[in-house]
Amino acid sequence: MSQTDLEIVVDDPTAPEDDSPSVVSSGTVEIVVCLLLLALAVMLGYDNWRTGASWDATGPEPGYFPFYLSIILGGGSLYGLIVALVAHRKAAETFVTRAQARRVMAVFVPTLLFCLATQFLGLYVASFLLIAGFMRLVGKIALWKSLLTAVLFTAIMFVTFDIAFDVIMPKGPLEAAFGH
Amino acid sequence: MEALGLLLHGFAVLLTWKTLVLMMVGLVLGIFVGVLPGLGGPNGVAILLPLTFTMDPTSAIVMLSCIYWGALFGGAITSILFNIPGEAWSVATTFDGYPMAQQGRAAEALTAAFTSSFIGSLVAVLLITFLAPMISSFALKFGPPEFFAVYLLTFCSFVGLGREAKHKTVISMSLGLLLAGIGMDTVSGNLRMTFGSSELLRGINFLVAVIGLFGISEILLTMEERLALRGHAASISLRVVLGVWKDLPQYWGTLLRSSIIGCWLGITPGGAIAASFMGYNLAKRFAKDPESFGRGRIEGVFAPETAAHASGTSALLPMLALGIPGSGTAAILLGGLMVWGLNPGPLLFVEHKDFVWGLIASMYLGNVVGLVLVLTTVPIFASILRVPFAAVAPMIVVSCAIGAYAIQNAMFDIWLMLGFGVVGYVFKKIGIPLAPFTLALVLGNRAEDAFRLSMIGSGGTLKVFWSNGLVGSITTLAILLLFWPAIDALLGRAGLWRKSVTLG
Repeated sequence: MSQTDLEIVVDDPTAPEDDSPSVVSSGTVEIVVCLLLLALAVMLGYDNWRTGASWDATGPEPGYFPFYLSIILGGGSLYGLIVALVAHRKAAETFVTRAQARRVMAVFVPTLLFCLATQFLGLYVASFLLIAGFMRLVGKIALWKSLLTAVLFTAIMFVTFDIAFDVIMPKGPLEAAFGH
Repeated sequence: MEALGLLLHGFAVLLTWKTLVLMMVGLVLGIFVGVLPGLGGPNGVAILLPLTFTMDPTSAIVMLSCIYWGALFGGAITSILFNIPGEAWSVATTFDGYPMAQQGRAAEALTAAFTSSFIGSLVAVLLITFLAPMISSFALKFGPPEFFAVYLLTFCSFVGLGREAKHKTVISMSLGLLLAGIGMDTVSGNLRMTFGSSELLRGINFLVAVIGLFGISEILLTMEERLALRGHAASISLRVVLGVWKDLPQYWGTLLRSSIIGCWLGITPGGAIAASFMGYNLAKRFAKDPESFGRGRIEGVFAPETAAHASGTSALLPMLALGIPGSGTAAILLGGLMVWGLNPGPLLFVEHKDFVWGLIASMYLGNVVGLVLVLTTVPIFASILRVPFAAVAPMIVVSCAIGAYAIQNAMFDIWLMLGFGVVGYVFKKIGIPLAPFTLALVLGNRAEDAFRLSMIGSGGTLKVFWSNGLVGSITTLAILLLFWPAIDALLGRAGLWRKSVTLG
C-alpha cells in the first residue's frame, strides 16, 4: 500500500497574510469586555435590588440569588479590569490582525444580512440567498455550482424540517404565494 | 444482577428498525460533524437537536448520543491524516498519529485510534451500567440541601481545578447563572431582569445560547485561520485491522491506565481534553524509551484516544444519575432531556426505565456499529474535506439558525444566537472559558431552586448545609475545591506535597 503520497490537497488563496498589522490588542479587548460586564453587573444588580434582594417571612426574595451573583460578576470583572490594565503596559498581544478581521467580517456581515432577510423573507429564501451569495462572492465558486448547491441544500432542509419532522420555520411572501 | 436484566430490556427497546436507522443516521452525521472544520461534538449535537423535537425521547436520545459518538470518532480522522485536530481532545492524537501517517502507516494509526476509542468508551459504559443505578438510588434520598451542595461542588471544582485564570472562570460562571435567572422566577412567579421586554419574558434559552456560542463563533474563528490543508488519503484493509488487533494485548497497561484516567476526569468536570493529554503524558512516562514518542509510536495514539473517549462517555454518568452534566456536550443532552419533557435527576432511573436503559444499551451498540462504520468508510469521510469551506460555512450558519428558531419558534432567538456568536468569539479569544458558562446556564435555575427550598426549609439559616454528615461533607469538599489552588500552594510551601504527584 502506498499511502505516503499526499492525496488530498485543498488550497486557500484568500488566506490571511501572517504579517498583517494588528487592529487591536487582546489587552484592550479584555478591558472593554470587563467594562461591559461591569456595566451589566451593575444594571442587573440594580434591577434585582429593586425586585427585592433581602429576606422576607417565607425566605429569600426573588432578587436575592441573582443580586449576589451580580456582585460576584461585578467583582470578577473589576478584578479582570485591574489585571488587564496592569498587564496592558507590557507586551501587546494581537487580538486580531487586519487580514483576519477582513475574513471574519466576510462571514459575519453575510450572517447578519441573513438574519435580517429571515425576518422579512422567511428562512428558506434567506438560506438560498446566503449560500448562493456566499459561495459565489466570498468563495469565488462557479455560479452554477453555487446556485445548484443553494437550491439543493434549501430544498433538503425544507423537506427535512417542514415536511418530514414538522418543525415549522418562519416563512415569507414566496412561501405564502405557494400556499404554505 | 439487576442491572444486567435492565440492560437486556434496554436492548429490547432499542432493537426496532426505526431506532436502528436513527442510530445509523446519527453516527454518520456525527462523523461528518467531527471531520468538518468549524464544527465539533457540542456544536453538532446542539445544531441537530431540533431534528429530535418531535420524536419520542428514547429515539431522540439514541440519535443524539450517536451523533456524539460519531463526532468522537470523526475527530481522530483529521488529526491523523491531516495533522488538524478536529476537536481539542484530539490534539494529543496528532503527536504520534500524524508521524505514523507520514511514514505510510496511516491505516494502522487510524485502526489504533478507532479501536482504542472503542475500548475507552466500553470501559466507561460498563462503569455507567453498574455505577449509575447505584448512585441514583443513593441520590433518591437527597433533599434540596444535598442537591444544592452537589451543584456547589460542580461549580467550585470548575473554578478550583480549571486551567484558565480563576477570575475568568468566575466571570463566565456567574454570567451564566445570572442569565439563567432572566424571566419568570419559578418559586414566586415574579418577573426578573426583563426590563419590560416581552421577548425576555421566556428567559434566555440554553440551547439558543449554546448554538451561538459554539456554532456561530466557531465559524468566525475558523475563518481567521489559513484553511489550506494537505493530507494523506488512506483506506483500511482487513489485514491491517487484524494486525493491530493482534498486538493489542501487549498494550493492555496503557489502555487500562488511560481508561481509568478518562473515567475519572469525565465524571469530575476535568473533561476529555485534560484526559487525552494526561493519558499521553503518562504513557510516555511509563515507557522504557520515552524519546520514541512523537515519532510515530502506536502507543502514542492508543493512550490519548482511549482516555478522551472514556472521559467523553463517562461524562454522561453524573448527568444520568444526578442530573449534573460532566461536559459541555452532556450539558446539551441535558438541555435536550428538558425539551423532551423529562426531568433530569435520580428519579429518571425510576420513572423512565425505557429511556435510561435504552440510552445505555445504545452506548454499547452505537460504539460497535460506529467502529465498524468508521473502519470501512474512512476514505469517504476524509474526502469531505475537499468540499470548500465557502460552501460549508453558510450551510452551518443556516443549520444554526434553524436550530435556534425551532426551539421556541421565536425570531428573537435567531438574533440572540447571533449575539451569543459574537460573545463566544470574543470570549474564546481572550481566554474566558465557555464550559462553565454553559453549565451554569443549564443548571442555574435548578441550583437556585434547591438553594431557596433549603432556605425555606431551614427558616433561613445557612447551617442547613452542614446539618448532617452527607451534606456537610459535600459542602466542605466544595469549599476546599474552590480554594484548592491556594491550599495546594500552602501545602507545597510546607513541603508536604511531593512535586511528582502533580502530573499532566
